[in-house]
Amino acid sequence: MIPELGHYALVLALALGLIQSVVPVIGARGHDAALMQLGTSTALMQFLFVGLSFLALTISYVTSDFSVASAFENSHSMMPLIYKITSVWGNHEGSMLLWVLILSLFGALVAAFGGNLPATLKANVLAVQSWIASAFYLFILLTSNPFLRLPRAPAEGRDLNPILQDIGLAIHPPLLYLGYVGFSIAFSFAIAALIEGRIDAAWARWVRPWTLAAWTFLTVGIAMGSYWAYYTLGWGGFWFWDPVENASLMPWLAGTALLHSAVVMEKRNALKIWTILLAILAFSLSLIGTFLVRSGVLTSVHAFASDPTRGVFILIILVGFIGGGLTLFAWRASTLKQGGLFAPVSREGALVFNNLFLTTACLTVFVGTLYPLALESLAGEKISVGAPFFNLTFGPLFLVLMALMPFGPLLAWKRGNILGVAQRLMAAYAVGIVALAVAFAVEGTQSVLAPFGVGLAFYVMTGAVVDLVERTGLFRMPLGIVARRAAGLPRSTWGTAVAHFGIAVTLLGIIGAGTWGVERIVALKPSQTVSLADYDLTFDGMIARSGPNYSEQAARFTVKSGGVTIGVMQPSKRNFIARDTSTNEAALMTRGAGQLYLSLGDTNPDGSIAIRLYYKPLVMLIWLGAIIMMVGGGLSLSDRRLRVGAPKPANKSTIKPTLQPAE
Amino acid sequence: MTRKQRRLVLIGGSIGVLALAIGLVLNAMTGAIVFFNSPTDVMEKNLSPGTRVRIGGLVKPGSVQRGDNLNIRFEVTDGQHDVAVRFQGIVPDLFREGQGVVAEGKIESGYVLAADTVLAKHDERYMPKEVVDSLKKSGRWQEGATQ
Repeated sequence: MIPELGHYALVLALALGLIQSVVPVIGARGHDAALMQLGTSTALMQFLFVGLSFLALTISYVTSDFSVASAFENSHSMMPLIYKITSVWGNHEGSMLLWVLILSLFGALVAAFGGNLPATLKANVLAVQSWIASAFYLFILLTSNPFLRLPRAPAEGRDLNPILQDIGLAIHPPLLYLGYVGFSIAFSFAIAALIEGRIDAAWARWVRPWTLAAWTFLTVGIAMGSYWAYYTLGWGGFWFWDPVENASLMPWLAGTALLHSAVVMEKRNALKIWTILLAILAFSLSLIGTFLVRSGVLTSVHAFASDPTRGVFILIILVGFIGGGLTLFAWRASTLKQGGLFAPVSREGALVFNNLFLTTACLTVFVGTLYPLALESLAGEKISVGAPFFNLTFGPLFLVLMALMPFGPLLAWKRGNILGVAQRLMAAYAVGIVALAVAFAVEGTQSVLAPFGVGLAFYVMTGAVVDLVERTGLFRMPLGIVARRAAGLPRSTWGTAVAHFGIAVTLLGIIGAGTWGVERIVALKPSQTVSLADYDLTFDGMIARSGPNYSEQAARFTVKSGGVTIGVMQPSKRNFIARDTSTNEAALMTRGAGQLYLSLGDTNPDGSIAIRLYYKPLVMLIWLGAIIMMVGGGLSLSDRRLRVGAPKPANKSTIKPTLQPAE
Repeated sequence: MTRKQRRLVLIGGSIGVLALAIGLVLNAMTGAIVFFNSPTDVMEKNLSPGTRVRIGGLVKPGSVQRGDNLNIRFEVTDGQHDVAVRFQGIVPDLFREGQGVVAEGKIESGYVLAADTVLAKHDERYMPKEVVDSLKKSGRWQEGATQ
């Protein structure tokens, strides 16, 4: 009964979605307040019904109702509760339902908090949002119904793919989707602006918080996915340039560009057309990502089971929205009035270059990801484009971008003084050069590029600090004034500095783990010791354990540093009974910002075990940097300026700092 | 500066960055991409030693030999031809005789692949697409047989 209710709720959501797709647009054309108002109610109701539908599916999984086909395929009665819940989206059907749940959530947020938007804009935005939602409801109902019943209920489920039985599945997909789908709002605003043929700074002030929120979630979502892959795949890698990863990186790059160009539009009323285009592109790349991952074009752990009809359906959605969006853009963009002039050397100019580099970097990722697919379908030739390609293309572009980054926030609007800024960054060069020298002194010349990277990272970090020092007058003025100035600085300025600092921290982690990591693969017998970097690891022996739905063979290692025991590490192999498959559980030990990483291999006939050992210095900085970027995004979101036309008592705006895009 | 000059600077800058990117991509295309081949392709194309390739097929039953120091040798077959692969390191958990495998590395003389990467399938339902295609090409693929 419950699955049928869930199915029915989704059908109702589709009906509401179709109404919302049409009625508010008609209302906006005829300035009929009642018709426009309808969109607000239907958006809220859509969220309610999709929420009920999702709840129904979750209940089916939690109660192990294996008469539901997707629960039978992906769940098991012995799984811990948390995995029963996460397995709801650990498969194609359920993950699409999560996708539309978040889509309808964003629509409902616009409906609930968009009271201060011009009525016609709000109506059009909600309608466009509903076009997207309706297309995906149809997709789910027609090709990927998660509520499909089996004629006879099996006694036991086939279990969730063991690789997915991890806390990462609870964190990574929802965050990633919040980011992916969040860009739909920017898209809807862009399309609505094109329909109205009118766009102004207030539009940008509206779009920016949504983009910022989506970007913040996407940043953490990607970082958490990277960390999950790092500890679960057992090779110690944190980024594989896998097409599925690139699919999430591309919207991130376009979204980062959009974030910056929206600033120019909001402050200076310039770059309007470009901002609109980026808003369309960012969501288009999200859709392409969804297509790549869900259509079965690529095989990976993300693809789940593939079915050609689904691929074709998503392709139609993709072509419809991207093609439609770009056509509308080509047709209507010229009606938007251009504003604000600026000199090439200015804050605006710097942001234009930021956009240029980000979109070009995005393009290289796009080429590297799609070229193999195109070549295979056109020429039948199969190639693999991996890390070497991206290191040679994306790498240099991003490094140049980072080298220029500290200049941007220091340049004045309209016309800047590049020499003045170059002088003010003296401290940053000094710190960068010292870091470069120290890196050479400590690590030697085994890798020449890495110390330069370290220098670059420290220069960018100091550059972010210099920006704040300049603005608060630290070292130049009495502390009282500095404190008052610091408090008076817009939160978005803090956010910028913090986020820029964060990306440099990530760079430092990538260099440290990538260049100075130590790797050993050895065969060990019990009581033998192996040394790695400054650590001695003694293999004590194997331990057999069992979990709720698996049995486990763990190797116990005692870790010593300088003769002192600092802990025990137990990498293991788990054998999952229901699927007769095994997973490799790496053991991690964090030491400062570095990590020891052990991954268990096969047991040899002579009783020895194969073991892969890594020491990865600074590796934690990769994800710490992403967390810092998230904090920067949050700070920027809490900026009062983003709450357009909603005057509030000053004390109230400080209570809820984050995750509440403009009310 | 006039509006026109400003626009020229921006357009010039854009073209510069784009040209840089295209240069980088073209440069990387020649050196940093790897072609996929089935064992039959390796034989037919007569690839010269030192070429970097990915090969995919099934691990030939009875061909796996494990040596000291985690050295392993096995043959990859598509049913028509076999290519010997040598590898040092830990093979994936799901590496088994008769199962799908993808190996990447350099061709040595005598059609031996010195692999630096060996990938097996992720789980019982997933088979690398390259392997499936390679087997389909040689007519050895039976739908559902490997499930």
